[in-house]
Formats: sequence, C-alpha cells, structure tokens
Amino acid sequence: MSDIIIETRNLSKLYGLRRDEAAEMLSKGAGKDSVLRKTGVTTALYDINLNIPRNEIFTIIGLSGSGKSTLVRCFNRLNRPSSGSILFDGVDLMKMSKPELREFRRHKAAMVFQSFGLMSHRNVLGNVAYGLEVCGVSREEREARAMEAISLVGLEGWEKATIESLSGGMRQRVGLARALANDPEVLLMDEPFSALDPLVRNDMQFELMDLQKKLNKTIIFITHDINEAFKLGDTVAIMRDGRLEQVDTPAAMSQHPANDYVRTFIDSADKTRVLSVCDIMLKPACLVRLTDSLTHAIREMRTNGVSSVYVRGQGMRLKGILTIDEAVRAHREGLAISDVIQADISTVPEDTLVSDVLPIAAEARVPIAVVDESGALKGIVTKAAVLSSML
Amino acid sequence: MDWLFNFPFEVNLNTDAIDQAVRGFAASYSSFFDGIKAALTNFVGAINWVFSYVPWFVLIGIVFFLSWKAHRRIRSGIFYSLLLCVIGAFGLWGLMNLTLSIVLAGVIIALVIGLPIGVLISGSEHANRIVRPILDMMQTMPVFVYLIPAVIFFGMGSASAVIATVIYSMVPVIRLTSLGIRQVNAEVVEAARSFGSTRAQLLFKVQVPQALPTIMTGINQTLMMAMSMVVTCSMIGARGLGNEVLIAVNRIEISRGFVAGSAVVILAIILDRLTQGWFSKKEEAGGEER
Repeated sequence: MSDIIIETRNLSKLYGLRRDEAAEMLSKGAGKDSVLRKTGVTTALYDINLNIPRNEIFTIIGLSGSGKSTLVRCFNRLNRPSSGSILFDGVDLMKMSKPELREFRRHKAAMVFQSFGLMSHRNVLGNVAYGLEVCGVSREEREARAMEAISLVGLEGWEKATIESLSGGMRQRVGLARALANDPEVLLMDEPFSALDPLVRNDMQFELMDLQKKLNKTIIFITHDINEAFKLGDTVAIMRDGRLEQVDTPAAMSQHPANDYVRTFIDSADKTRVLSVCDIMLKPACLVRLTDSLTHAIREMRTNGVSSVYVRGQGMRLKGILTIDEAVRAHREGLAISDVIQADISTVPEDTLVSDVLPIAAEARVPIAVVDESGALKGIVTKAAVLSSML
Repeated sequence: MDWLFNFPFEVNLNTDAIDQAVRGFAASYSSFFDGIKAALTNFVGAINWVFSYVPWFVLIGIVFFLSWKAHRRIRSGIFYSLLLCVIGAFGLWGLMNLTLSIVLAGVIIALVIGLPIGVLISGSEHANRIVRPILDMMQTMPVFVYLIPAVIFFGMGSASAVIATVIYSMVPVIRLTSLGIRQVNAEVVEAARSFGSTRAQLLFKVQVPQALPTIMTGINQTLMMAMSMVVTCSMIGARGLGNEVLIAVNRIEISRGFVAGSAVVILAIILDRLTQGWFSKKEEAGGEER
C-alpha cells in the first residue's frame, strides 16, 4: 500500500454549456468571474492536483464558494467532476459503474455533514445503523456494530433517544458515529463543526484528533476556519475560486506562504498554535563552558552586548545560566563559574508549541533554553521572538 | 362601433359530432368498460358487504378506540362515537354504510394511483411538467363535467360514482406526496446516497418516511374531497346519504335534507379527525421532548 490514499489529476468541475471554451480560457489563467461573464460557465473546480496521505488529517480550507465542498463531494462522487480523474488506492472513481460506486460508498468512504443530515424518523441507533442496513447486514450485527460506534463517540445511553431531543454537539456525534459504523477507510467531513458553538467545537476537535489517533483513519476535513484547519490538519490545502493555492503543513505554510492571498488568509490565524519553539529559536550568540574562566565569560558577554550567558558542560549539555552581576561578584570574590551559576532555569523541549511557552516567556527575565531529550542545548527563545511570532 | 365590442368571429364547434364520436367509442369498447364497471361495482359491493356484517356497536367501538388512541384523550373517543350514534339515531345507518363504501372504494383507488404518481413526479422534473397542468385541470374543472362521460362509459350507478370520486379526489394526494418528498432536507438525501443507498432504499427508508406527515395530509385531503362528492355522485345513481339529500331537494323537504346533510357532515368530521390525529401525534411527541 502506498502512502497516498487519494490522488486527483487535473480535476475540474464546470457548470454550463460552453465548457470547452471555458476550460480553454481557464488554462490561460482567466479568472472565475471573467469566464462566467464571457461563456456563462460557472467554475466550481479547476485543475485540482492533490495527493492525500493515508492515515492523516487533511484539511481543506477556503471561503464559501471556493469549491471546497464541491471537491469533497467528488471524493465519493456525490458530485461528478466534468474532467480529470480521482484515484482511490489506484482505482479510478470516474470509471466505476453504479453498483461499484455503491460498494465504494458503503465500505470505503463515509461522510459527515455540516447540518448533520440525520433522519428525524429514526432514533440515534437507527441513524447510526443506517449505513450497515443498506449493506444488508443483519439486524443483530448492525445494532451491535452501531453500539460500538455510539460508545466510540461517547453517546452510550442515548441510543434510544430521538434526534430532536439532542443538542447540536450530540447530533454531530451521531453523524460521526454513523460514519464510523461502516468502518470506512476515509472519513469525509464537510464543515462538521461549523454549526456548533465555540466551546462544543473545541471539545469536538480534540475528540476527533483523539479518535484519529485511536482508529488511524484518513480524514478529509473541510472548514472555513483557519485556526481549525491548522489545529487539526497534518496537511492543509488552501482553495480560492475553485483552484488550489497551496498545500503544505501548517508550520511550513505559516512560515512560507506561497502568495499574498495565502498570507492574508493565514494572517488571521493564531500562529502560536502552529509554530513550535524550534521555528522561532535562535542560536545563542555566546556560550561558555563550565570550565572557562570568569574573565573569559565576562569578556564574551561584553563583546556580544548581553547581560547573561548560558553555561554548557560536556558536549552541549546545558548546565545553567550566568548573569553579568553574578560573574562580576564571583570575579571579585575569587569564585569559579560553577559556584555562581543558576542551575534551575526554565527549559522546553524542541517541539513545544509557541502558545505553550507564552506564560513562561511572560515571566522569564532571561531567554528560554530549548533542549532536546538528552538535555543538550539546541537554541534560545527570547521574549521578543515569542511576541513577534504572534503578529 | 359594434366591431369594437363584439368578438369578430366564431368557430362553430360541431358538438354533435364529438358527442357521437364519444358515444361510438363507448359503444365499440363496451365490453372493456363493462368489465371495469363490473369490477368497480363488485369492489363497492364487497366493502359494503363487510360493513353490513359489522354490528353497529362494533363500528362505534372502533371509532371510540381509534379516536381515543389518535388524540390520546378518552374524551375525544366518547365524543366521536356519540356523533356516530347520532347518525344511527336518525335512522341513516344503512345509508351511511352505502355512502362509506363508495367513498372508501374511491379513496383506495385514488391512493393506489395517486401515491405512485406523486413519487414519480417528485423525482422527475420532466414528468412533473407533464402532470402538473393535468392536475390543475382536474382540480378546476367543474365537478359536474366529470359526471357526463362517467355515465356514458359506465352507466348510472356506483361504478360511475367511484370513477368521478377518484378523478376529483386524487389531486391532493399526488400534489402533497410530491411536495413532501421534494421538501425532504437535501443533506439528509445526500447522506443516504453517501452511504451507498440504492434508489429504492433511498425512497422507502428515507424519503417516504421523512415526507410521511405531508403525505398523510394529502391522504386526509383526498378523503375529504371524496366526502364532498357524495351529494354530487348521487345525481348519477349513487345510493346512500347523498341520494337522501337529493330527494329532499327535489321534494323541498327541509327537515329531511337537514338530517341527511348533518349525517354527511358528521361522517366527514369523524373521518377527518380519525385520519388527522395519527399524524399530528408524532409532531406533538417531538414537541414535548424538545
């Protein structure tokens, strides 16, 4: 099995009669609006080339009308693209017959909807078991499997409840359980948390990440909230007017936006939740060894214009920090560096999110040291670096 | 200035020829129409036979039980079964059974034809475009116009009455079935498709159950339309309460007309409440829990 589960090649979806003409214009770089004006063709998707990695959360983000919902509906052919191909594990979805497509939908990909798409005439159990019911699974087995899915999303005890009696968050849990009950390889989630209030959304996001770790499924997640996209996505794709703007990891995207559109888009994001300290740390300008003389340490600090210096032992192992005041005092009293260093300093591992060092940075009087697992110094994070990363 | 106000020309429709043609058609296919007539007459007869073997207290008991269950109030049960007793007390029990047989036969046939048509036009824009003007015509054409060809093809009697009832009462169930299915939430339909439902699974497991309250309203309306045809149908030889009203009109017997008319109204109210209660029940239940 390759690492890529879904692959799209030159995928386009155009609505209207003069599609060839429109495709011609689009290939020359014409915009969606001018194509609509000249040919009357609406461009929902144009020339989408994507590789979606297996067992990851892949988020697709864009404003409304950017084609993200159309794209996700192509992955289970609720929408039929007008050209291009979609390979699912190497099998072209576009070439499937109706029965093949039905089997594909039953076993490979399940979908979760923005306004839940639940059937009010069935209770929770009936809704969750629906996908198994249409496959012809016997009543006992499908109810047992539905119960498993229900407990997976934390709705035990609610299986006989009517849909009307549930809150929004619980309804979406039912939607998620329904999708999980079929044990699909891919979960397609079309803005599943957009209709929920912020607190519930936060809970659901964490639970989704939890479930993903537990079940190891590929999740394609559509959202219009950049924070949600960055928080959940291992990979993020940004769409605009039916085209892909950039596909990258959240950290890479926030550091190297492909163009101004992506930059303005992610400017609204809280980057401290995306960047880790190794993205913003600096190599320390000066460093002294534990065995160095105090005169050397003071000279180092003076030439670099800093008021404190990190002290390392064997290798790059961090021993502590030496401030200029202490160094001068020790020099006057004839002590060694090891006598006056502060050993209890705050250190953070390399993969700490910037948002997590904010409280430490606010308190710290000296830069925060970034260390790896062995305790070796990798770099330092200054208060200025932390604060500027928020802009 | 006459030319301004008088329409300039007239086309002489040869109505005689049309009538002749229709009669000729009816005569040459008489065996076909006679067969339908016999089938319909037997159908009405069978329903009437069932009613004639149901003792009066059993029918009252059924009405009591159903209206109690439908409205969840024992008071409704008592009220509607008492209303039914009034018809019996008027001495119209037998006539009521006759009327009920024709109405039920008409409604059953209307539903058997109307429900599939409603489902069909909900799914196909093409079929919808063809059927809609026909429905408009069926609904706006004066009722009496149906009676003439019905009599020509099927003669006087209950068969013609059933045909006229079917044509007149079929429209609401078609329209509301189609409307109900079209109004099912698009995302629910999408969800059902995304789980690999076949066309039939989508229809019977999702669309029809979701549209059920609207479809039931259509069935209720069809029943009411059929009841409103009772007196009209008596003009082409349908026996029962309608005929009683017709006789009263012809003889200008006020009290007789009033009594029979009241019986029709009571029957209509009972049928309406019995069919309506079941479907509003679900909504109430949902409302309580919300």
